Amino acid sequence: MKNRDDIIIAGIGQVPVGEHWELSLRNLAARAMLAAFKNCGELKPQAIYAGSYLASVASGQANLGALMAECVGLSGVEAFTTEAGEASGAAALHLAVQAIQSGYVETVLVVGVEKFTDVVGSEMEAFISQSADSDFEGMQGLSMTGVAGLVMQRYLHEYGVPRPALSAFPIVAHANAVNNPYAYFRRAISEEDYQRAGLVCDPLNLLDVAPYADGAAAVVITRRAALPKTFHQRVVKVAASNLLTDSLSLHDRQNLIGFDAARLSAQYAYEKTGMTPEIIDLFEYWDAYSIYAALELEAAGFAQSGEGWKLGQDGSLGLRGRIPVATLGGLKARGFPLGATGLYQVADAVTQLRGEAGENQVQGARVALVQALGGAAATAVTHILESE
Amino acid sequence: MEIPRHWRLQKQRYSLVGEVCPHCQAKIFPARDVCPECGGEAKKPFAFSGRGKVYSFTLMHSAPAGFERSTPYTVALVKLDEGPVVTAQLTDLGTKHAEIGMPVEMVTRRIREDGDERGMLIYGYKFRPVMQS
Repeated sequence: MKNRDDIIIAGIGQVPVGEHWELSLRNLAARAMLAAFKNCGELKPQAIYAGSYLASVASGQANLGALMAECVGLSGVEAFTTEAGEASGAAALHLAVQAIQSGYVETVLVVGVEKFTDVVGSEMEAFISQSADSDFEGMQGLSMTGVAGLVMQRYLHEYGVPRPALSAFPIVAHANAVNNPYAYFRRAISEEDYQRAGLVCDPLNLLDVAPYADGAAAVVITRRAALPKTFHQRVVKVAASNLLTDSLSLHDRQNLIGFDAARLSAQYAYEKTGMTPEIIDLFEYWDAYSIYAALELEAAGFAQSGEGWKLGQDGSLGLRGRIPVATLGGLKARGFPLGATGLYQVADAVTQLRGEAGENQVQGARVALVQALGGAAATAVTHILESE
Repeated sequence: MEIPRHWRLQKQRYSLVGEVCPHCQAKIFPARDVCPECGGEAKKPFAFSGRGKVYSFTLMHSAPAGFERSTPYTVALVKLDEGPVVTAQLTDLGTKHAEIGMPVEMVTRRIREDGDERGMLIYGYKFRPVMQS
């Protein structure tokens, strides 16, 4: 059913995820925003919402709204940053959807940007751990990868999961990244590669962990009624958008090995749209760690608690499987540019729903579920996108 | 720069002081003045026994800044006998391997050192295997 007030994703833009030594925070963001403009035709946004997690510490730059507007020649418009940990970009999109729904603005440019490579190694790891509880987790020497290690150890124990089974998630992600020009790791990996990978936060190994990198992605969203006559893209609508939270630290959770915020957020999105997991054609999930991929499948209703890992064993997750995931590489192989990631996920889903995914095209893809997490699902942002 | 931030947490860090809820008697750690069980106001201090069991653990080979010199080290979720779960490093493992269900007790140890010229040393709780008698 078409409605004048439907929220439409009119344009997407992204820069390849990677180590961009020659590009700064502003260069990355500007390239993504200009690409999104080119992609959407003639729309002019009245507001810019930026999603960035660590710009103020990693680049020493705050007040990104003004900077973003200036970067694309829109100085003067409403613009500011939203921060929700690694889910910052997705949170900015959620905010933009609400701003348009309220009637306050008609068209919004949403940009997610993260400059990772200006700060090295352990210092960046300490910054990133800010999306857990700084006083009571970070101070114990726990990184976000360590948090995932704690979740994984208990999950394996509780459900008696064979350790090698989790290899399925990175293997699928890497296979799907090969054809994505925006992906960081465009190469397949094998079971043997996974078995040989060194331990990072035992039981997690290096290939369980999505690689942090530089990146920026942007989308232009608007009301259906504002689409220009010249708009030539296949129309992709935002059918649902929400953001929920759980306790910040893992130790305060009622359920330490299930992502309750992600589960409720997906559930609300299903209720809002009248959809069920059976209707979803592809799932851009949050595979920051392979254990999170399993928990995401459970949270979104594709598997019972403790059984998400089984979907990796029977071909369900491939491009022609029951529920294709990480269809252009996911966080694991496209790369994980922190707060920008949520908008890469959306760009990937839109690419699929427009039928522009080339060799990775999920046949007949019409409905995509996209979920971004801040911390270990302390924040969960869900979008359902639908093409016409 | 960060001194007040650590100073204000000294009771929690050195003696595992949390709170007890006057409404539902739930024991709370870390202190937060609101009971996570019933939502009521809870400000009454409560000192935990420091005993509990390992609920999960991870061996950190790759560490954030301030902890690089300690690798590899084990961080655990410890379920305290009184109920709450706390995140802490395990220490004094010797030749033992951490295990889920292992009984542990709190000790005070050096947690972190800032390697720069400001060089602050931070002490706080860690947990060690309970000595067999």
